[in-house]
Formats: sequence, structure tokens, C-alpha cells
Amino acid sequence: MFLQLVVSGISFGSLYALIALAMVIIYKTSEVPNFGQGEMAMISTFVAFTLLVTHGYSFVVSFIGAFIFAAALGIFLEFVFLRRAKDPNILSLILITLGFEMVLYGLASWKWGADQRNFPFPVSDFDVIHLGSAVISYLNIATLLITLLLMFMLFLFFRYTKVGIAMKATQQNAMAARINGIRTNRILSITWALSSMIGAVAGMLLAPIATLDPNLMLEPLLKGFAAAVLGGMTTLVGAALGGYILGVLENLFGGYVSLEFKSIVAFLIIVLVLCFKPSGLFAKHYVRKV
Amino acid sequence: MDMKRDYYEDIQLLDSKVLWFWFIMLIASLVTLPFLLPNYHIYMVNYMAINVIVTVGLNILVGYTGQISLGHAGFFAIGAYGTVLLMTNLHFPFLLALICGGLIAAFFGFILGLPALRLEGPYLAIATLGFGMAITQVIGRWQVFGGRMGLEVPDLSLGPFVIDTDRQLYFVVVTIAFLLILAARNLMKTRVGRAFIAIRDSDIAAETMGVNLTLYKTLAFAVSAFYAGVAGGLFAFLLGFINPSTFNFILSIYFLAFVIVGGLGSIFGSIMGGVVMTWLMLTLDKVQELPYIGAVLVSFSDSWMNVAGLPNISSVIFGLIIILLVVFEPLGLYGFWIRTKIYWKTWPF
Repeated sequence: MFLQLVVSGISFGSLYALIALAMVIIYKTSEVPNFGQGEMAMISTFVAFTLLVTHGYSFVVSFIGAFIFAAALGIFLEFVFLRRAKDPNILSLILITLGFEMVLYGLASWKWGADQRNFPFPVSDFDVIHLGSAVISYLNIATLLITLLLMFMLFLFFRYTKVGIAMKATQQNAMAARINGIRTNRILSITWALSSMIGAVAGMLLAPIATLDPNLMLEPLLKGFAAAVLGGMTTLVGAALGGYILGVLENLFGGYVSLEFKSIVAFLIIVLVLCFKPSGLFAKHYVRKV
Repeated sequence: MDMKRDYYEDIQLLDSKVLWFWFIMLIASLVTLPFLLPNYHIYMVNYMAINVIVTVGLNILVGYTGQISLGHAGFFAIGAYGTVLLMTNLHFPFLLALICGGLIAAFFGFILGLPALRLEGPYLAIATLGFGMAITQVIGRWQVFGGRMGLEVPDLSLGPFVIDTDRQLYFVVVTIAFLLILAARNLMKTRVGRAFIAIRDSDIAAETMGVNLTLYKTLAFAVSAFYAGVAGGLFAFLLGFINPSTFNFILSIYFLAFVIVGGLGSIFGSIMGGVVMTWLMLTLDKVQELPYIGAVLVSFSDSWMNVAGLPNISSVIFGLIIILLVVFEPLGLYGFWIRTKIYWKTWPF
């Protein structure tokens, strides 16, 4: 029982970790929590679904198409809306992402309605392998592997590529980065594209487990935030770990305490972490000046 | 615009005879309105009054105190369920149940305000978002609250009067809305209101001036939640039936949209925002019945989107309104009103 709960917790946790990563990447560069993240991922997943089922393309083509769409969507939000805000403060930036969230939610409900669809995926959720007393499906294993691979690639990206290093420089000090010849605006656009694509991966991995409808990402969005807050909104590693911890904790709570109230664990964790260690478990504390 | 010479001039409700005239005209028209309008419009006006209450309350929090809340649908739900359950299970009279529902919401607001002391901006947004979602979840899962099926609202009677039509409900809702707006307006002119505004402008500076942050931040949350709770209680009677899916995350953003459209930090703006946006919301729900636009949209949906999903266009339009207002007119309708007023006052210069 315990092992089973932990194993499936880790598999869910990797989805939360992906969403948290996508948010933290944005938060570090733009200092705004992207409330549109979930809906951006949801729409990208719907694009993949349309390419796959309605137009009958292969998995590879559809997924690549969805990624291109996700990247374009991220750049669109940054370029068309966020960059236009006159003397932006944090409240107005949050409101813009919320507005974008509503536009996307409305468009998706308008186009695809409230019908629940099954998202086909090359890896099955029903074939399982036994791991001691626990059972794990191929899909869960695929989720876990894809997440780990993606994290490793992100690590390499931030460590060894020019764009990745420029992104880190922009996060640390935008002004100094610009003086050193980095086009921070372009880097910002690329950051949004990257984050949106990571979110899209999460959406596409979640859709085969859940059913695909416009509400797909509402709750995972909150879980992603909880994971990011738990690990610290300013560290990539912390956010990923936060996702796994949240997944496991939530599953254990569901298994041993109460299945009904499983979904308030995320909220409780947010509140507890914010009360006792506001900067998260794995981030340095930061004090604001007047 | 006009110079205020002493404190008592500043706290006056209305500072000129002209304003008094309009104020009395407003009351007179509010009293005669239900006898002139058809039934559906009465329903709409009730809806507007309820949303105005929430908007004014939320504006106290967001516009005046500078704390964001994405969980007001949660307080709204607490007020609605609290009022209904107190009336059905404990047989409270309506007004007492309504006030108790509001106080329960205020208590939750106070609890939620506690972590807000250590949080700002994005973190607070996330925590309140989590609160709103958690409330909907709990209500949906717990049998006391009727679970997913929801609750039937009891019959409403106020002393000797039995209230069962929208026209009778109008007087209850509008009177309460009127009193609450007046209270909010007066609150903002007191020591408490000025403390809220000081916190918004800079909480650290306010603290050095002797404003007790713990007290006033939690108080702002509690007051705002009380407004939402009372509005929720009235809303239950407007609908006659409540279920958890009414109080979702999207509703919280709608409330925020009302505040933004009306204008942050303005009671008058909140009234305009609540009225205009409720009208827009109810109109967009039946968008295909609109002349010209409706037919165009239906044919557009038919070829590109999905006709059954057309009412969701309200989300799209609300989202766009939020974005455009934040980018181009952060003061909302109130800012627009002020600029128009100044323009005509100084015309032709």
C-alpha cells in the first residue's frame, strides 16, 4: 500500500514538477506568476488532439505541431500583452495573465465545448509492470522518464548554451545584461516560449490520464503553484523537488487520511509553507527594501 | 477638485446642495423602479445589486488596501451556504442568518488574512487562489453541504412579509446594497480607511507611522469577506438553488474583473463596474439572441467554432476587457468618468 502510494505519487509529482518548472522559469525572468500557464498548456494539448484525431497526422507530427503552437502562444502573450503595459506593477501583470487565462479558457470552451475526450497516447495506461508489491503503468514510467529527460536537458541548456546563459543573466540583473549586449526583450520572448512548451509537455502527459476538456488544467495549475511555492519560486531544482514532494504527500494523505479532501492538501501546503518558510524549502530568504 | 478646508468638510457624505438633490432623486428612482420594469429586468437589477456588494467589498481589499484576492468566490460560497444552512437547520430568521453568514465569511477572511501578513503580490495571489479552490472542493465533497447536487433554498420571510417574487426581493437586496455601500464609503473616511490606504501606498512606511499592520490587513480581509458573504447569502435567494459549480475559480476572476472595470480605489467606480459588467454578463449569456451580432456570431461559430459553446464568449470578452483596461486605462470606468467631467468643466479650454 505504502509503496504503491509513493510510486503513483512520484508519477503525478513529475507532472506537478513540470508545471512548477514552467512557472518558475517565467517568475525568475518576469517576476510574475503566470496564471495563464494551465490554459496555455490545455490549448496546446487540444491542438495536438486536433492534429492527431481530426486531421489524422502521426504522433510525431502532431506533437511537434503542438510544441510550435505552444511556443508561438508564449511569445504572443509576452509580445502583444505584457510588453504593452505602461509602468507595470505586479498587480497589473498578474491581471494581464489572468485575463489571458480567461480568453484562452473561453476560446477552448467555445471551440471544443464541455465534452470529455479521450486523448490517444502512444504509451498505454493499462499495461503495467510489477515492482515488488506496487504496480506501475507504462504511461507512468514514460511520464517519469520524459520529465527526468526534460529536466536534464534544461540543466544542460542553462549551463552550456549561449541562450541559456543569457537567460540566467537576464534573470539576475536585466540592466547589467543589457549593458553587456544581451537583447533582454528577445530573451524574454524566448523564455515565455520555453515555459509554454514545458507546460504543453505537462498537458499532453496529463491528458491521457484525465479526460481532455477545458477544465483539464485548472487544478493542476494550483498544484503547480503549490509545488513551486513549496520548493521556492526562485530555484529550478527546488521547484522540481517540490513537485515530487507534493505528489507523494498528496497521495499519502489520500491513502491514509481521507480521499475526499485530497485536493485541499495543495492549499494547506501553500499556506503552511508561506507561514513558516515563505521563500520555500530550497531557496535563500530574500528581504525587501523600502 | 474643490478644496477641502477642514476635516468635517472632508468626511461629509455629500458636500453640495446639488449632490443632495441628485442623491434624493436616486433614492426616489430606486423606490419607483420595480413598478416600472418588467420581471426579467428586475431579476437583472437584483443580480447587479448583489454584484455591486461584492465589488465594493473586493475593492476595499484590492483597490484600497492593495492586497489581491483570487478567492472571493470562496467567501461568496461561504456566505451562501452559511445563510441557507443556518435557516434550514437552525431555523434562524432571514436577517440574522444573513448577518451570521457574512460573519462566518468574515471569520474565514480573518484566517486567510493571517498568512497575508507575510505575503505580498504573487504569493498572496497564489494563496487566495488555493483558498477559493479548496472551499469549492470541500463544499462539493461534504454531504452536509449537499455535495455535488447542491442545496434547495428555503422560503424567505421577513417579519410578517413573505418574499417570493423577484420584485419583492428587489427591496431587500437593494436596501442592503445601499446600506453596505454607504457603510463602505464612510469607512474609507475614517481612521481605518486611511490606514488601509496607507498600507496600499507602502506597508513599511505605514508601519513606521504607527499603523498596526496585523490588525488592519486582517481587518481588510475580514471586511471584504463580510461583503462577499452577505452578497452570497442574497445570491442564494436570487437563484433559489445553490450548487458548488456556481462558485468556481472563474467567478473569482469575474469579481476581480468587476473591480478593474469600475476602477481600483473608488466606491463609485465599483458601483459602475458591478452594474455594467453584470449587464454585459447576462447579455452575453444569450448572445445569439442579440440583433445582427448574434446571427453573425452563430454563423461564425458554425463554420469555425461550435454553436453550443457560444455563451463561453463572455469569458473571452471579459478577459480581453481586463487586459485592455490594465494596459490602456488602469483607473477603469471611474478614470474615464473623471476625465470626461474635467473635460466638460474646463471646456472650451
